Order: sequence, then structure tokens, then C-alpha cells
Amino acid sequence: MPQEIGDLTELVTAARDGDHQAFEELVRVTYQDTYTLAYRLTGDEEDARDVVQESYLRAFKGLKRFRGDAQFTTWLYRITANCASTHLGRRSKHRHDELLEDAPLADADPTHDPQMRTEGNATRTRLNAALRDLPPRLRAVVVLRDVYDLPHEAIAAELGISESAAKVRLHRARKELRETLFPLRGEEAHEEGDRHAV
Amino acid sequence: MRCEDVADLLSDAADGSATLDRATRRHVDRCLRCQAELVQYRKLLRALHTLRTEVLVPAPGLLSDILATIEEAGERQAVRSILRGRRVAYVGGIAAATAAGAAGAILFANRVRKSKVRLAG
Repeated sequence: MPQEIGDLTELVTAARDGDHQAFEELVRVTYQDTYTLAYRLTGDEEDARDVVQESYLRAFKGLKRFRGDAQFTTWLYRITANCASTHLGRRSKHRHDELLEDAPLADADPTHDPQMRTEGNATRTRLNAALRDLPPRLRAVVVLRDVYDLPHEAIAAELGISESAAKVRLHRARKELRETLFPLRGEEAHEEGDRHAV
Repeated sequence: MRCEDVADLLSDAADGSATLDRATRRHVDRCLRCQAELVQYRKLLRALHTLRTEVLVPAPGLLSDILATIEEAGERQAVRSILRGRRVAYVGGIAAATAAGAAGAILFANRVRKSKVRLAG
């Protein structure tokens, strides 16, 4: 989790029993994280806001069905992924994907990982840009799998695709990201590889 | 074995979801190109994983918008539940009235039948 979100079990139990204050507290604790995921999936601030609102609404209505066998945040990620997928599907019917502008990303606690502030920062900036350049259907899979650790099965279910399609998209997304992030080194390596082969 | 045959396996090997068989490992051990790709995938996956520590700060107002939406939904739910309760009471009342009416009709019919029998006797 980007922020240390503590144990939410008590809040979730209270909210499931109809305690509105407890649900509001759950929203307060998790909404930035949910927004970050929604933004990563949609690549657009307005879309992300819509997706977040829709996600919490669905979570509120469906909380009684949450069995608690997964973490609340994982359950929320799945809802967010599903909402984003629906939202993007609806949007693509109306307009083509636009080029996505950079949005400021703020670290919740930049001091906790000093490495990220040096070379890591540059890599992350390039990675964020590369992610935003990916087609949404590839971006969704790689974000959910490699950033948020959702299993293939859950990703496939929430995006409405087969598990094998999810895996194929993941391979393609990783390949595109790798080629974008390491173009020169890749070429050098290929040349070296060719020399080695000779 | 060619690099193209190995390419698709490298990212799975990098995230640990697949292990390379002996022939593939032997190819990677000898091929700088595939070694470089494997290293790049590992770096990529590490970098992707670190994105979890990032939080995008939304423009002000999102939290209050979410809470307002939830409150509205909560109110709608409450109203619906009250209406459902009233509907149950209403339907129950109608059922009770219908049953009482039917019972009354049966009693009345019985009395009429009995008085007719008495008159005939």
C-alpha cells in the first residue's frame, strides 16, 4: 500500500453492520489509494474521479456481500478495476483515446525510500510516462498485475476477458514498456549478442 | 534455439512465475541479448513494484464528493427500506381485511343457509 493503511477489519465489520460513520472512515483512509489506481487505469483525472465515486458507491451497496476472505483493499481494487474498464469502454464509444498529459505524482512519504529520490525518481518518471502511452487495455493488465499484485484470474474477471487473454496482454505490455525504457541498452545488447553469436 | 523462442518466457522468468527449462537456460547463459532482456525485465518489474509507494493526490473536493454520493445512496436505501416496510404492512393489512371479509361472508352464507332450512322444516 502506498500509505500505511492499518487493519481495517473492525471498520469493515462495523460498516457491514450498517454503521455509516465506519464506511465514511473507510473512504477517508483509502480514497487516495483508490484514486491513484483509477488514475493509472484511466490516465485521466476527470475519468479517475468518476471511477472512484462509482467504485465507492458500488462498494457501499455491495459491502454486505464482501465475505472478508480477501483484504478490503484488494476487494476495492477489483471494484475499481471493473468500474474503470466499464468507464473506458463507455468512453471509447464516444471518443478516441486522447494523448494523456502528465499529472503530478506525489509520494506520500518520500523520505521512507531515499533511493527513489535519486536515480529511482528518473526511472519512475519515465515509467509513468511509458505507462500512460500504453493502450488502456494493456495498461490495465500490467498495472493490476505488476503494481497491485492482483492474480490473473481476478484481472480477467474484472476486465471481462479470459485468463489467457490477460496473460497475453501482460506479455505485450511488459515488452512495450521494456522497449520504451531500455531502447539504447537493448540495441547495444543486441549488437553484442550478434557479435557473440558470430 | 533462437532468441525469438525464448523472448516470451523471459518476463515470466523475471517475475518468478515460470522456470526456464534446461535448453532455454543454456541458451540464455550463452546469449548476451537474452541475458540483457532478462535483466531489463527484472528492472522493469522492480520499478513497477515501487509505483505502489506512490500516491496521486487528487484535486480538492473528491473526498467530499464521494461522501455526498454515499450519503445520498444511504438516504435512498433508508427511504426504500421504510417504503418496503410500509408496503409489507399495507399488503398485510389488505390480506387481513380480505381474510376477515371472506370469513364474514362464509359465516353469513352459513346463517342464511341454516335459516332457509329452518323455514322449510
